[in-house]
Amino acid sequence: MEKRVLMKGNEAIAEAAIRAGCRYYFGYPITPQTEIMHYMAKRMVEVGGTVIQAESELAAINMVYGAAAAGARAMTSSSSPGISLKQEGFSYIAGAELPAVVANIVRAGPGLGGILPSQGDYFQATKGGGHGDYRNIVLAPASVQELYEMTIEAFNLADRYRMLALILGDGALGQMMEPVVFRDKEPIDLPKKPWAVTGTGGVRPHNTITSIYIKADVLEAFNRKLQAKYAEVSRREVRAECLNCEDADILMVAFGTCSRIGRGIIPIAAAQGVRVGLIRPITLWPFPSDVIARAAAQPSVKAVLTIELSCGQMVEDVRLAVDGMKPIAFLGRSGGNLPTQKEILQKIMKMVGR
Amino acid sequence: MNCSILLAGFGGQGILSAGRFIASAALTEGKEVCWFPSYGPEMRGGTANCGVIVSDKTIGSPFITEADALVAMNSPSLEKFSEIVKPGGLIIIDSTLARPIHTRTDVQWISIPASELAAEQGNIAYAIIILLGCLIRQTGLVGRESFSRALFENLPLRHHHLIPAEMAAFDQGGNYAVGRD
Amino acid sequence: MQAVFKRTAGLLNIPTHYCPGCTHGILHRLIAEAMCELDILHRTIGVSSVGCTYNNYEYFACDMVQAAHGRAPAVATGIKRVHPSKSVFTYQGDGDLAAIGTAEIIHAAARGEKISVFFANNAIYGMTSGQMAPTTLIGQVTTTSPFGRDPDAQGHPINVSEMMATLPGAVYVERVSLHDYRHIIQAKKAVRKAFRVQEAGLGFSLVEVLSTCPTNWGMDPPKSMDWVAEVMIQQYPLGLFRDPKLEESK
Repeated sequence: MEKRVLMKGNEAIAEAAIRAGCRYYFGYPITPQTEIMHYMAKRMVEVGGTVIQAESELAAINMVYGAAAAGARAMTSSSSPGISLKQEGFSYIAGAELPAVVANIVRAGPGLGGILPSQGDYFQATKGGGHGDYRNIVLAPASVQELYEMTIEAFNLADRYRMLALILGDGALGQMMEPVVFRDKEPIDLPKKPWAVTGTGGVRPHNTITSIYIKADVLEAFNRKLQAKYAEVSRREVRAECLNCEDADILMVAFGTCSRIGRGIIPIAAAQGVRVGLIRPITLWPFPSDVIARAAAQPSVKAVLTIELSCGQMVEDVRLAVDGMKPIAFLGRSGGNLPTQKEILQKIMKMVGR
Repeated sequence: MNCSILLAGFGGQGILSAGRFIASAALTEGKEVCWFPSYGPEMRGGTANCGVIVSDKTIGSPFITEADALVAMNSPSLEKFSEIVKPGGLIIIDSTLARPIHTRTDVQWISIPASELAAEQGNIAYAIIILLGCLIRQTGLVGRESFSRALFENLPLRHHHLIPAEMAAFDQGGNYAVGRD
Repeated sequence: MQAVFKRTAGLLNIPTHYCPGCTHGILHRLIAEAMCELDILHRTIGVSSVGCTYNNYEYFACDMVQAAHGRAPAVATGIKRVHPSKSVFTYQGDGDLAAIGTAEIIHAAARGEKISVFFANNAIYGMTSGQMAPTTLIGQVTTTSPFGRDPDAQGHPINVSEMMATLPGAVYVERVSLHDYRHIIQAKKAVRKAFRVQEAGLGFSLVEVLSTCPTNWGMDPPKSMDWVAEVMIQQYPLGLFRDPKLEESK
């Protein structure tokens, strides 16, 4: 049997990053993700890496920008209010086409909000947050094991597409301890970084990393290039898990912690004669619209229920995906509260007219 | 098998570590486990609680809304969490610090003067271990050997010499289990 | 025929976009010459900031990174930590360094990041057309202090070098000026020294360079030079604020 190690979600992110070859971590403390920096501070010493406690989240993301420009695997992490501060950097990283990884262990907002789990940063993560036409790859793990695996995945995706990959967790995932197996992935073929600033060595023209294009036509051409890249990511990297979706009466759509609660509903509802399916988006961008549309199109499906730790954000994308084919219901909790199985079940029974 | 345990008390009583010991012991037995702490702005002296779910299957929600057992080390925790214990479930209290409440007659109650017993042994930190001894004996959640191994795995080396005394406290708690052989 | 003056290899053969009489061109040349003379051009990475020099990554022949407004010291930190054996410099103006980027510059110095900062102080925002800078003098007219900077309403100028010199990590801090050839020679020495301090691994270095902005000052170039010499220097005295005592080997 593979060795299983009991670990906090936050620690699993840090260990995964180090195993993915990340040697530069820049952060600023904020609950509930600070264990990432605690772990990095100890572990990076063992592997000869660098940890800087920056003066602000702004500085931290810009240190990532510098380290990524220099050709290294670098990351930062924070929680909602800190991620808001990093949005400037997100936009510049997109504009300069740099590979970078960021973890957001989401807490309840808006404002200083609370420190308990939330998914209220869905809009910010998937629809911009910073200025301009850009996208980030957004991964939504649902267990400590997945935090580990998707952090490694995030570095690979970031390098492959020269863009920011965001791990969108929540306070529950960051704080919980679960067993982790450190599966070593097969090495994959990733593009080299001839664009990085390393010093010309006197053997090549100077490299420049920039996001500024003053001429309209030049900037528009660059934006077209970015959009073509995003289209490729949308074609190739959509990930979702479907549970019990075939011939389902009711389709649930939930990610992260909510998907765990949703999974528990399936057998309980079945015992009461209702076949409930669950679609769990694993990539929030690109969003698995086709997967949802196909499942919702089944004649058996009466309605689609989106469950979130927010006041209704992903539900907008679900509605776009379903495109009027079936009614959409929403169940959300906020402030750090989680929906109970009981209230989800009640909602489902109401939807099927019982 | 699917068992949800809530441990609750004051910060500093070793509640979070106790949850970790259970999770770690269950892990060595090949079970699925999920440990989830209360986390708050205060570092010391506030209330502390954690939930541990041990299961044969993949664990859904990390939050416990219906507990199989509650270990309460003060009255506020008991009042706060007694309502989420399932009918037929178990409540174990440190009777040095908390008194039983009579709103729940549909659960099994075990009162142990754990803090008093621990003080007699000269180490108040054993109180939670005494309570865990009772919990584990009563529920059969994990084996004694697995628990002992969990202590070795989770305590820093400098505290390993205390483990025999901790296991004695564990056994002492076990003796409070109902219907022990 | 013997060439007595030629282009420096540190700058690419691209016309700059700076206004006539602006001293940015001079400072660019000093930095470029210093990199060539110290033979570090091939292993130097520069960071452009936001302001009139936002695109000077096009001019320098070394590898260059463009940074968000005020963040150049953080970006340089990331680069330097990845490539500790390379030389890393930032080129920042007074708005970038002393307003929006105050936290970044202070903490880069506090950490003793081994980078060289070239800080062009012309007491005004150039690119956005002449607004008040943190270094604008008392009484100086700008588009956002049209009646002259009033300390009651708009506060006092920040003397960056004096402030930075209080930080132990900032091992070399000097203020120079570009208003005449004698001072330009002195400035060149300072630029070289900043790189040499970094090469020697001694810590953070900052050279504050008093610069002109004829366009937004509303003066012709010669008058601008005079204004630096006669007025600006009153507020910003030239001199060495932190000196690491390098051995004069090079």
